[in-house]
Amino acid sequence: MNAPVFTLDRVEISFAPGQSILQAARAAGRYIPHLCFHPELKAHGSCRVCMVRVAGRLLPACATPAQPGMVVESEVPEVQQMRRALVEMLFVEGNHFCPSCEKSGDCQLQATAYHLGMLAPQFDYFYPDRAVDASHPEFLLDFNRCILCSLCVRASRDVDGKNVFGLSGRGLRTRLTVNAASGRLGDTDFAVGDFAARVCPVGAILKKRQGFQVPLGERTYDRHSIAEIDQHAPAQSLGECAPGPEVPMGGAPISRAPRREDT
Amino acid sequence: MTEAAPTSAPAKPLRRVAIDPVSRVEGHGKITLLLDDKNRVHEARLHIVEFRGFERFIQGRPYWEVPVMVQRLCGICPVSHQLAAAKALDAVVGAHRLTPAAEKLRRLLHYGQILQSHALHFYYLAAPDLLFGFESDAARRNIVGVAEKHPEVARRGVLLRKFGQEVIAAVAGKRIHGTGAIPGGVNKALNAQDASALLADIYPIIGWCREAVSLVRDLHLANPALYDSFGAFRAHLLSLVGPQGEMDLYDGRIRVRNAGGLIVMDGLEPARYLDYLAEEVKPWSYMKFPFLKALGQAQGWYRVGPLSRVQNCAFIPTPLAEKERREFIDYAGGEPLRAPLAYHWARMIEMLHAAETIKDLLQDEAARSGPLLTEGPRKQEGIGVIEAPRGTLIHHYRVGEDDLVTWCNLIVSTTHNNQAMNEALREVARRYLDGRELTEGLLNHLEVAVRAFDPCLSCATHALGKMPLQVELRDAAGELLARRSRGD
Repeated sequence: MNAPVFTLDRVEISFAPGQSILQAARAAGRYIPHLCFHPELKAHGSCRVCMVRVAGRLLPACATPAQPGMVVESEVPEVQQMRRALVEMLFVEGNHFCPSCEKSGDCQLQATAYHLGMLAPQFDYFYPDRAVDASHPEFLLDFNRCILCSLCVRASRDVDGKNVFGLSGRGLRTRLTVNAASGRLGDTDFAVGDFAARVCPVGAILKKRQGFQVPLGERTYDRHSIAEIDQHAPAQSLGECAPGPEVPMGGAPISRAPRREDT
Repeated sequence: MTEAAPTSAPAKPLRRVAIDPVSRVEGHGKITLLLDDKNRVHEARLHIVEFRGFERFIQGRPYWEVPVMVQRLCGICPVSHQLAAAKALDAVVGAHRLTPAAEKLRRLLHYGQILQSHALHFYYLAAPDLLFGFESDAARRNIVGVAEKHPEVARRGVLLRKFGQEVIAAVAGKRIHGTGAIPGGVNKALNAQDASALLADIYPIIGWCREAVSLVRDLHLANPALYDSFGAFRAHLLSLVGPQGEMDLYDGRIRVRNAGGLIVMDGLEPARYLDYLAEEVKPWSYMKFPFLKALGQAQGWYRVGPLSRVQNCAFIPTPLAEKERREFIDYAGGEPLRAPLAYHWARMIEMLHAAETIKDLLQDEAARSGPLLTEGPRKQEGIGVIEAPRGTLIHHYRVGEDDLVTWCNLIVSTTHNNQAMNEALREVARRYLDGRELTEGLLNHLEVAVRAFDPCLSCATHALGKMPLQVELRDAAGELLARRSRGD
C-alpha cells in the first residue's frame, strides 16, 4: 500500500501516519523554518515560526498532524512575511547583540532571521534590563538572549530527568526560570553532560570561557545555510542534532599550549 | 610651557564663538572660542561628547565578550581596542607570556591596523589640506579632489589602506570588527596562502610608504614657516618603548620626555598606570584631562601619538624607517618638533615601519606554527596598554570569580591628547582669528589642527568638505551676533 501524501508548495510529500507536517517535510528534505522544534523532543508549538497555510488557515507545522490530501503552503510571501515579523518580535523582546555574542554564526535565531530576509528593523525594540546568571561554574545563563522556546525546559525534564528549567509568568511577562530556591543555575545539578546544556538554539545557555575560539567565517551557518543544516539533523543521534558550543561544526580546535601553573 | 587652558570663562566682556557640531570619534564635539572686546582669542576649547557608555555597559558581561564588544568603540581602529582588551584579559586568564605564534600574529594584526589607519588618515583626511592649502576651494578639498589632481597619490592611498585591511582580515577574519585576538592568544593560525598573497605585494607597499614619507617631508621642507609653527606648543611626549628604547607599538614600558627632549620618566610599568597617571575633570567637557601625577595638573599634561613615539624612541628596529627617523630628528635639531603638522611626517615614518614589520612577520616561520593559546592561574584584574594609531591606549578590567566584568576603565588616545588638542586650537585661533572676520578658511584652520591629532575627528569633520559645520558668534548674554556655516 502506498504511503499517504500531502502537497507542500505543490510538491508531493509522503508521510507516515502520526507524523506532523514538519516531521514529514524534514524527512522529505524540505525545510520549514522553526525555532522551538527539536526532532528528539515533543513538539511545543510555541514559537509559531513554522506556521504554514492549510486551506486558508495558519497552523503550526510542528504540531499539526499530516493528513492525506492536505494542501500546505509554506514558501509563499504572506507566510514568509508573517514569519519574518514573528522572528523580529523575538529580537524586539530581548537584547540580541550579535556582534559580541559567542553564538553568532552558530545561532538558529540569527540564521533564521537571515533566511527570512530580516535585514532592517521595522519595530521599536524593548531593550529590557535583564541580569546574567553566571553562578554556575561551567555555564552562563544569559536571559537577554532567551527566546522562550522551552527546548531547555523539555530537554532537562524529558531527557535529563532533572527539571532544571521552567517558564513562569504569562504573555509578555513570561520568563525562563531556574528550579532552585535561589533561582540560580549554580544551585542546581545542571551539568556539562546534560542534553539541556546543548539544546539552546540561541546564546542563552553557553559554555563559559570559550568565547570566540572558533573564528568568524568558520562557524556553522557561515558554511551552510540553516536549511542545509536542518536536513542533517534527523540522521544524527540525540544531543548532536544542533551544533553545541563545544562541538562546533566548522573549524579545527585551536592548539593550546600546556597550562602554566608556575607563572 | 604654554599655560594650561583655564576651566571657566571670565564673565562679561568675552564673546563666545561656537563651532558646533565638530563630530569626533563616532560622536559629536564642538569648538568654542572666547573673544575679548578687541577680538583677541582668550580661550579655545574642544568639547567632545566622549561619553559612549562602554565602561558601564561592559559591566556584568562575561570577560570573553569584551575584546569583541569594545572594538565597536571605533570603526577606524577597532583592532587596537580588541588588542588592548585581549592584552588586559591575558592577565585574567593567566597568560602572562603568549606563545610565540600568538604574539607574532597579534603583532601582525596590529601593524596591519597601523598601516591602514595611517594611510586612511593621511591620504583621505589630511592630504587634501596639505596638497591644496587650508583655504583652497572647499568643494575640491577632499579625496575626490586629490584623485583628480594627483591620481597616483590617491591611488596609492587607497591601495595602501586596502593592503593593511587585508593583513587584518588574514589574522582576524574580517577587515573591520573581526575576532582574532582572544584572551590567552589568538583563535586562528595564519593561512599559508594568505601569507604568500600578502608577501607578493609587500615590496611595492614598502616602496609606496617610502614615497609617502618623502611626500610629507618635502611638503614640510618646502614651507617650514607654516609646518614648524602652525598650532605649535610645548608639551611632554609620552609613549611606550621596547626594552632597548626601540619603537614598539604593541608592547613595552612607558617613557616620558619633556618638551626639551630630556627623558624625565622611563621604564614605567604600564600595569601600574594608576600610580603615575590621574585624570582631571573640567566642567565644560565630557572628556577627562589626564596628567602625570608627579608633575601636577598644570605641568603634567602630555601629547601622545606618532609625533611622541617617533621622537621618544631611541631607534626604530626596521632599517628604512630608522633612516627616516634619523632624518626627522636631524631636522628637529636640539629639541623635539612640537608643531601638530609634524604629526603627519612622523605618521608616515610609522607607516613605513609598519610595512617593514609586516614583511618580517609574514616571512617568520614561527608565526605560522605552534600553539596559539595559553593560560595559567586565574586573576581578577588585568591591564592592557598598546600604542594605537593615534596614541597610547589603556584598557583596565576587573573580573569576578563568576567570569563577569565588574569594573572597567578605558583611557583612549583622544583623551590623552585632550589638553594638547586644546592648546593647538588656541594657538591656531590666536594666530588666524584675531581681529578677523570668520571665514570658511578660518574654520578649516581649526579643523586642520584637530585633524593632525586624531583621524576619527577628521573622519567626521572632513566629510568630503561638506560637513554641517556652523560657527556662531554670540555676545556674552548668548545673543546671536553672526552665523556662518559651510554652505554659506
